[in-house]
Amino acid sequence: MAFLDKHAAIEKHATLLLVLSFLVVTIGGLVQIVPLFYLENTIEKVEGVRPYTPLELAGRDIYIREGCYVCHSQMIRPMRDEVERYGPYSLAAESMYDHPFQWGSKRTGPDLARVGGRYSDSWHVDHLINPQAVVPESVMPKYSFLANAEIDGRYIADVMSTHAFVGVPYTTEMIEAAVEDFKAQADPNADSTGLQERYAKTNVSNFDGQAALTEMDALIAYLQVLGTMVDFSTFTPDASR
Amino acid sequence: MCAKQVKKSGQDVGTTGHSWDGIEELNNPLPRWWVWVFYACIVWGIGYTIAYPAWPLINGATPGVLGASTRADVAAEIKRFDDANAPIKAKLIAADLTAIAGDEELKGFATSAGASVFKNNCAQCHGSGAAGVQGKGYPNLLDDDWLWGGDVASVHTTITHGIRNTTDPDARYSEMPKFGTDELLDETQIGSVVQYVLQISGQDHDAAAATAGATVFVENCVACHGEDGKGLRDFGAPNLTDAVWLYGGDEATLTESISKARFGVMPAWAPKLSEDEIRAVAVYVHSLGGGE
Repeated sequence: MAFLDKHAAIEKHATLLLVLSFLVVTIGGLVQIVPLFYLENTIEKVEGVRPYTPLELAGRDIYIREGCYVCHSQMIRPMRDEVERYGPYSLAAESMYDHPFQWGSKRTGPDLARVGGRYSDSWHVDHLINPQAVVPESVMPKYSFLANAEIDGRYIADVMSTHAFVGVPYTTEMIEAAVEDFKAQADPNADSTGLQERYAKTNVSNFDGQAALTEMDALIAYLQVLGTMVDFSTFTPDASR
Repeated sequence: MCAKQVKKSGQDVGTTGHSWDGIEELNNPLPRWWVWVFYACIVWGIGYTIAYPAWPLINGATPGVLGASTRADVAAEIKRFDDANAPIKAKLIAADLTAIAGDEELKGFATSAGASVFKNNCAQCHGSGAAGVQGKGYPNLLDDDWLWGGDVASVHTTITHGIRNTTDPDARYSEMPKFGTDELLDETQIGSVVQYVLQISGQDHDAAAATAGATVFVENCVACHGEDGKGLRDFGAPNLTDAVWLYGGDEATLTESISKARFGVMPAWAPKLSEDEIRAVAVYVHSLGGGE
């Protein structure tokens, strides 16, 4: 096997070994990664998925800040028990505006990918203030301080610009109206027509039930939109994917 | 003196040519079993990429000759159980709601299916034992005190459309005025009507204030809570004369309820649960003890 003995030449030459190793790893990497950018079926086209509203986006940042992802995943796996419990399995498109995505793999608490609309806003308030008050067997910590932390959306336009920079289709109009939309979503008495035009099917509500706009409002706005954008009564995922 | 001649293995394999202080590196071949496992892995790897989805092409990855698909698998798995339950589910949907409890087979299926639907979807608010959360506004489903009706058809409607949500136009709806916040009543009036409610619910009260409160009650509350204060189910208005309280029946809580009003919301389950699941959980809730 004279051909196989040639590897001695590579093994005895450090620079050559390095260059050739790099080449092999590069080819392997390109074959795996490049198709993700051009293959159209990587993310199937799904109707209804829109970028988060400014308030939901702020809530998402609070979700990340508080480390909710440490105990909650946002990814319903395509398995019967998961689908029966949580609803239709998650689609890639549903987290295409998530930077970074919150799929996760650790479930101390339940999966939250379709928690939106499952419970009332006031349940979320009661539950975040003291989870054991409504679910006695829960081990979740209390997040009552969120109801006291007032926010005004001062930096939300910057956050949106950053998301736009990485590919979320926020328009200039959306970014300009960021603070206005931010406040309108948590105030049922405000004029939210602009908000509804910019973000389809937005849930407008005084989420935390108090006059002040707090982190509790933002977090609940985010939780209430999770998994609700795609209408599964009209959409059937392509089984061949 | 310390350099002892190393005894070479049976066959003379030669050295790599490296030598330090008289220590030489032998050039032994890799163990034969290892080499064969290595080649076997390569062959298996090629076979695997042919059998399963693998190589990216221009329009998509190769599908693999076995046609493996996680999505198809889960769809088939769900269909298998759906098919197994299809006859009884069809029977459940076709049956008259009130007749389900009388049919042993349907009742057995509905209560066990309903129990699992309940634990997954309802227990977070109503508690895993369905006793609700006292004083928080999450009703107890075990007693015979019903806000919107406790017969199986009413329970079915409540679950299907929910209460005071914004997603279902057929949701049960009513809104109590915020008598204090919106300045419909002044503090004295609220104080006296609280005393009246304490009186009709058989608690300690100030008799003089309660008499004044009776007038306030007639003018403001009877439209929903009824002249006798026993509530009206058309409006989901609770009975104020019993000892069952959704948010609490003490003076402080009553004052808060009247001043700021309450607005309990229940989601509509029609979009999330199928008709047979809703029927099953309605029958289950109805069977818990309070069903009418």
